[in-house]
Amino acid sequence: MNRQKPKLAVHKFSSCDGCQLALLNLGEPLLQLPDLVDIVHFAEAGPCESDAEVDISLVEGSISTPEDVRRIRQVRENSRFLVALGVCATYGGLQALANFNDRDAWMSAIYPQPQRIDILPTSKGVSDYVKVDLQLQGCPVNSAQVLNALRDLLSGMKPSVAIQSVCLECKRNGVACVLVSKGEPCMGPVTLAGCGALCPANGRGCYGCYGPSELVNDASLAHRFEALGLDPQAVTRRFRFIANNAAAFKAAGDRLEGDPHER
Amino acid sequence: MARDGAIQFAEMTSVEQLSPGLTNEQQPGRYRLRQGDGDRLFDWNHGPQGVKPHCFSPREVLWSEQGEPLRFQPRLPAQAPIALVGVRACDLAALSIQDKHFLHADAPDPHYRQRREQLLLIGVDCAHSAETCFCVSTGDGPALDGGYDIGISELDEGFLLWPGSDKGQTITDRLALQPADDRQLESMLRISTQAAEEQQRSLPQPAELRRLYRRLEHSHWQDVADRCLACGNCTAVCPTCFCYDTGHEMSLDGENAQMVRQWDSCFSAGHSYMAGLLVRANVLQRYRQWLTHKLAGWQEQQGRTGCTGCGRCISWCPVGIDLTQEAAAILREGSVDV
Repeated sequence: MNRQKPKLAVHKFSSCDGCQLALLNLGEPLLQLPDLVDIVHFAEAGPCESDAEVDISLVEGSISTPEDVRRIRQVRENSRFLVALGVCATYGGLQALANFNDRDAWMSAIYPQPQRIDILPTSKGVSDYVKVDLQLQGCPVNSAQVLNALRDLLSGMKPSVAIQSVCLECKRNGVACVLVSKGEPCMGPVTLAGCGALCPANGRGCYGCYGPSELVNDASLAHRFEALGLDPQAVTRRFRFIANNAAAFKAAGDRLEGDPHER
Repeated sequence: MARDGAIQFAEMTSVEQLSPGLTNEQQPGRYRLRQGDGDRLFDWNHGPQGVKPHCFSPREVLWSEQGEPLRFQPRLPAQAPIALVGVRACDLAALSIQDKHFLHADAPDPHYRQRREQLLLIGVDCAHSAETCFCVSTGDGPALDGGYDIGISELDEGFLLWPGSDKGQTITDRLALQPADDRQLESMLRISTQAAEEQQRSLPQPAELRRLYRRLEHSHWQDVADRCLACGNCTAVCPTCFCYDTGHEMSLDGENAQMVRQWDSCFSAGHSYMAGLLVRANVLQRYRQWLTHKLAGWQEQQGRTGCTGCGRCISWCPVGIDLTQEAAAILREGSVDV
């Protein structure tokens, strides 16, 4: 048992810190974690050794600045496994909505000295810049899912992430479909499972924070949303929301925005 | 009882929770409860789930493993006896199909059996049909036809009640019941005849459905695929679908693990993933698999179709796909067998 514990780092990029908070909210398992790994960097929790070489890096946040690009390349180089945590790290997050707008115009309108802000023209996920070994979705991530993935990595197993719709989790939890029974425009049918169908369990429609599930029939769901009374713009915004930069949702948004009547 | 806008089986402590006067409206992709002024208790049809989750659990631990050398510990559910009140004929027919699959196969499923044996089933004749019901065409309703412990027919003046099993008999023997008169028995027949006449949908007969396998290239499959979300809701609400997935879950310290089984769906990628190949990669292939297996393949495997006409897959499909219409369109005269 003299073997050194594997080293873990939690890095933050452009994000709200919510995924790190989800980890800090774990409770008891959080206290167990230091028995299994040596947490060398997790600025929000204390340890601060950002340049350390580690076995596993959990990365929160999107790549939105030139400094983010430099740093994520360094993190990649320092890490054996790199796990993208949450919708910002996987798809660019809510801030990727700026990709669809004139950044310079917005910056001039908001900041007195926009020239002092050094950002990229786009906000994108980590995998647009470096190789990512595992993507865990969500806004925020489901911390139980993160722990399972960590456990698998520590055991030398490939973490398994179920590729299915939120609907299946929802039905397994005994929730009556909110789209069918309440007319809620729910994104569950086109959204990847993993959250435990949190929103439908609370009577709300899924807003797609896990990003697209495997097969996305956006035209059919958009048609249904319109029948429920959403105007074309509101339908587009369902896809162009937190996971707007995920390929299937981005394509859906483009189609819906381009030609709202051609479907 | 009513919960979250739908009829659901939930623990009851008083008869008021049966919601007198409650009815349901069911259409493709739409379900609403309505509160009427009457005091009848069973004028609704059903909610999103039948008996299935009470025997074939949506998620359960099959066994746990720990220690060195590794020890395996079976984890059978500790199921207290429960009575399900208001079970319909279509769901009892579905239960007997699930029994056949889980109990009467070469290797009976102990987890299913443990739950199944604790059930007391109080069946009710349907007094109305929902717009999505078609149990008459599958021969499974709307009147009870076996599989229950106690049967009920709700008349305006009260209930007719009769035992359907030895277990049910021990209960009815202890009740102070009046014998039914001829007029009441006529009312009972009239009510279920009326419910049958209300049905607007029907499924083609089994022999006809077997021809689905000769229509695998029909252009209508793509028509359905254009609408289908591949979300798997139809399979999750279907009272006969029995597919599951198993996986290991380890405790964080790595000392214990458990084998967990949960409902899967033929609309999920993992269902047809074999040795690096995703056999059914698109929506068309997955819907075709579901429909042909349910309506034709089951006939060879289970001796009947896997559909008991409950109509849940129609009501609870987020985009209202109707298997009776899809099957009929694919089998329609004029299209060619291959």
